[in-house]
Amino acid sequence: MNHPPYIHVAVSLAAAPFLFGVINKVKAGFAGRKGPPLFQMYYDIVKLMRKGAVYSRTTTEMFRLSPLVSVAVGILAVMTVPLGQTESLISFHGDIFLLAYLFGMARFTTVLAAMDTGSAFEGMGASREVQFSMLAEPAFLVGLAALSLLTGESSVAGILSALRNGTGTATGHVVIPICVASLFIVLLAENSRIPVDDPNTHLELTMIHEVMVLDHGGMDLGFIHYGSALKLWVFASIIARILVPVKMSSPMLDAALATASLLAVTVAVGVVESTMARLRMLRVPQLLTGATILSLVALIIAMR
Amino acid sequence: MNEWLDLAVALLILSNFMLVNTSRLMSCIRIVAIQAVILSVIALLSHLHALDVRLVVLVIITVALKALVLPQVLKRVTVGTGVERELSPFVGYSLSLMAGGGLLALSFLMSHFLTVPEPGLSRFFLPASLFTIFTGLFIIIARKKAVTQVMGYMAMENGIYAFGVSLAIHEPFIVEISVLLDVFVAVLIMGVAIFHISHEFDHIDTDQLSV
Amino acid sequence: MLLWSLIVIPALAGLFCLLSRSGSLSRFMLPLVSALHFILVVCCWMTYTCPSVPPEWIGLDDAGLLFLSVTSVTFLLTSFYAFGYIRREGRAQTMDMEEGFFFKNSPDAVFVGCLLFFLSTMTLVTVSLHLGLVWVAVEATTLSSTPLIYYHRHHRSLEATWKYLLICSVGIALAMLGNFFVVVAGTGIGEHGVHLSLLSLSEHADKLNPAWLKAAFVLCLVGYGTKIGFSPLHTWMPATYSEAPSMVAALLSGALKACAFLALLRIHQVMTLAGLGATSRSLFMVLGVVSLFTAAVFIVRQTDFKKMLAFSSVEHMGILALGVGVGGTGIFGSMFHMVNHSLTKTLLFLAAGNIVHSYRSRTDLDIRGLIYSLPKTAVLWIIGALAIVGVPPFGTFLSELTILKSMVHAGRFGLAAVYLFLLGVIFAAISASVFPMVFSKRTGDSCSAAASAVTPSEEPLWSVLPLWVMAAAVLVLGFYMPPFLSDIFHGIAVSLGGL
Repeated sequence: MNHPPYIHVAVSLAAAPFLFGVINKVKAGFAGRKGPPLFQMYYDIVKLMRKGAVYSRTTTEMFRLSPLVSVAVGILAVMTVPLGQTESLISFHGDIFLLAYLFGMARFTTVLAAMDTGSAFEGMGASREVQFSMLAEPAFLVGLAALSLLTGESSVAGILSALRNGTGTATGHVVIPICVASLFIVLLAENSRIPVDDPNTHLELTMIHEVMVLDHGGMDLGFIHYGSALKLWVFASIIARILVPVKMSSPMLDAALATASLLAVTVAVGVVESTMARLRMLRVPQLLTGATILSLVALIIAMR
Repeated sequence: MNEWLDLAVALLILSNFMLVNTSRLMSCIRIVAIQAVILSVIALLSHLHALDVRLVVLVIITVALKALVLPQVLKRVTVGTGVERELSPFVGYSLSLMAGGGLLALSFLMSHFLTVPEPGLSRFFLPASLFTIFTGLFIIIARKKAVTQVMGYMAMENGIYAFGVSLAIHEPFIVEISVLLDVFVAVLIMGVAIFHISHEFDHIDTDQLSV
Repeated sequence: MLLWSLIVIPALAGLFCLLSRSGSLSRFMLPLVSALHFILVVCCWMTYTCPSVPPEWIGLDDAGLLFLSVTSVTFLLTSFYAFGYIRREGRAQTMDMEEGFFFKNSPDAVFVGCLLFFLSTMTLVTVSLHLGLVWVAVEATTLSSTPLIYYHRHHRSLEATWKYLLICSVGIALAMLGNFFVVVAGTGIGEHGVHLSLLSLSEHADKLNPAWLKAAFVLCLVGYGTKIGFSPLHTWMPATYSEAPSMVAALLSGALKACAFLALLRIHQVMTLAGLGATSRSLFMVLGVVSLFTAAVFIVRQTDFKKMLAFSSVEHMGILALGVGVGGTGIFGSMFHMVNHSLTKTLLFLAAGNIVHSYRSRTDLDIRGLIYSLPKTAVLWIIGALAIVGVPPFGTFLSELTILKSMVHAGRFGLAAVYLFLLGVIFAAISASVFPMVFSKRTGDSCSAAASAVTPSEEPLWSVLPLWVMAAAVLVLGFYMPPFLSDIFHGIAVSLGGL
């Protein structure tokens, strides 16, 4: 029907770090700065790849394993999620769980690696990460379950193409906006963006995700950055696809629309980051529970 | 049209969650006022096929009272007491949200056993109105400030009103008027009581009323 | 016409009091209007015939007439007491007995005005034959009685007022939902569905949707049950009864509860006609047992004797519910017990008011040697206590026995055993509290300073005469039941499917 799914996987893998550039540009624009170049993330990753890593004597294999796991997970996840109106490379019944728990596994190894260093700060970050993701995970899963119930499909690609074909009933008009809101909150939480976490903070006490990777360096850090770029890409493309479920006449138009919607979601993240203050730690669970509740509402409505 | 109705009902459900999750008294007042508007929209939409003057008048009065007059009264009371937010409720806000989820499930479960005889109504309407009532009850139990408890009471009244105006409208006038009258009088008297409480205690925490 | 004047006269008089702002004028208004009300009720009795087709909105049937009379008698006797009470307490600054600060009372005109409104709204409850109107009236009783509880203007009574207002309003809102449920249960019957009047409901009772009707009954049970004070819903009562002036507590307990119970009976009547009587009766029984149990638990070692009376009210409402729940002669017994309880509890609260005034304390340990300091009140207090625990020569004994008999008759021996046991516990607890208050030596070693300071004080006529009337009435009812009363009990029992 159109270009094979390999191409979009290749494009995704290549273009993922670009999203960070977009977010940073938006933030810079709001602040009235020029900001780092759009391709800054690529420069960073390339620079880090050329450097060697330093390992503490107290760490074990786990510490070296975790960056690799996060990149591998990112690549796998990209394969399960279609870009634009394409099909995904891997798709089977119930792969929504695969998607959710792939990221779960990445987080698990990251947390273990953080604990491995024995640093008090990293342990604290790990504890926060686990606490927040414990709340974000049900929001994500229940949101996907609501969509799955709505469309009668149980794979990510199936759900998304069913939404495009308009098989969703009248209930869809209620369920989809709620799901999108919930998934967007999950996106912010999972990718450690403001208002949950601040990727630019340099104060260990307030960090969540960043504090866990403080001891990683060189190639490992590059992997971690690349993995998180892929993660952002996956979430953003799911939301973009739900928001814009139309199929254009030609593949070129499709690709353009997909790019535009993806960029729109990314810009939205940037706008949220620029306009909102970071929540107090105590308020974060409230936000995430709110997201879970939103998903739950969507699920209940879809169930009827 | 039915989709709009569904959307309005979903908004009603979400407004309850917002109410459960808000600590600022002013925001609470605003949410309850918005809720009243949503309810009126629901009432109008669900009777769109047979709209009569009585219903329209009723809805206009409701909106005027619940969305304009009462919030104004409560706002004045709140400003008078000098309390801005409910800081330490009996049940914390995250927990309240989760409890809200439970209550939502409960109201869906309950409405499973009751069949609604009105055909034009949204399927979610009964659970949504039950949920509004439960939310109000929950807020009354879970909050300390007198103003917040009044908000809970009003939310509960909103739910009951929603139910009545959509399902019991064919009953003579007295039922609806009684709802409005009830809210009006109760809030006025409760407002006076809050004034007395804040005058007597310098705060409006009801759990510290006992010495 | 007669009925309308019953409602309108107290309301107008109340309005007059509020507008005139004259304390002395209002004071005289109180016994005057209540006497007039009583005379009108007697006229109602004279002209009464049980209607074959009840009117749609306002009218009298057996139950309405009975509850109206109880309300009127209780109010009349209390109003004489209140007349003296207001003159004595008045506008003077009073020292709080627990914390020693000074507080004021509500203006007399406001207080009397609200009392008269209260009478008017209670009358409305008893004469309305429309579930919606009953609801409006019950709500109106809440609103008009709220300022009464806040007579003593200090923070404890304010707390009690808030509790009362909030809990009762929530309850009453649920009852409203119950009314809506009844409407939904009747949707689709006939051309416009069923209206909420008892007439229309009883005509179409068999066609009402049972699921909605059952839910409606549960909601009304919770809603009006809050007002009545069935057990898990009684939480406002102890604080309210102990902080409100004694005569207000007497009215709340003697008259208002009966009215709320009537509202519940109306719905029970519909349930019975719809063939769901078994459901509502079993719910009544559950609430009855729970109320009895709660009362028995909390009454033991209760040191505040006004709170003790409050829990005793919970107990007796439980007994009423049990009687209705068992059915048969139980309904007869229940109505009889309602009359007895109203008289006795009013008597007890007014006597408690005398005691509190003289001793400035509500703790039973502070009160010793009542028989020496307040001999007349002491005798009345003992009579009231004996009557409330159901000792033989009094009417309460007969009515409690009737209910017990109906349980045995219905083969509910377990229930009868529980009932007897809980009554026994309450008997012991109340006696253990009341008798030392009356007979202990004033100069005993357990005496506190407050008690020994009390000297025999005067007991004005207004503070004992209404009480003697009530004591006599309860005593007479134990020996002789006038035929007009037994007829009306019988009529109510028949209308609720008993006998």
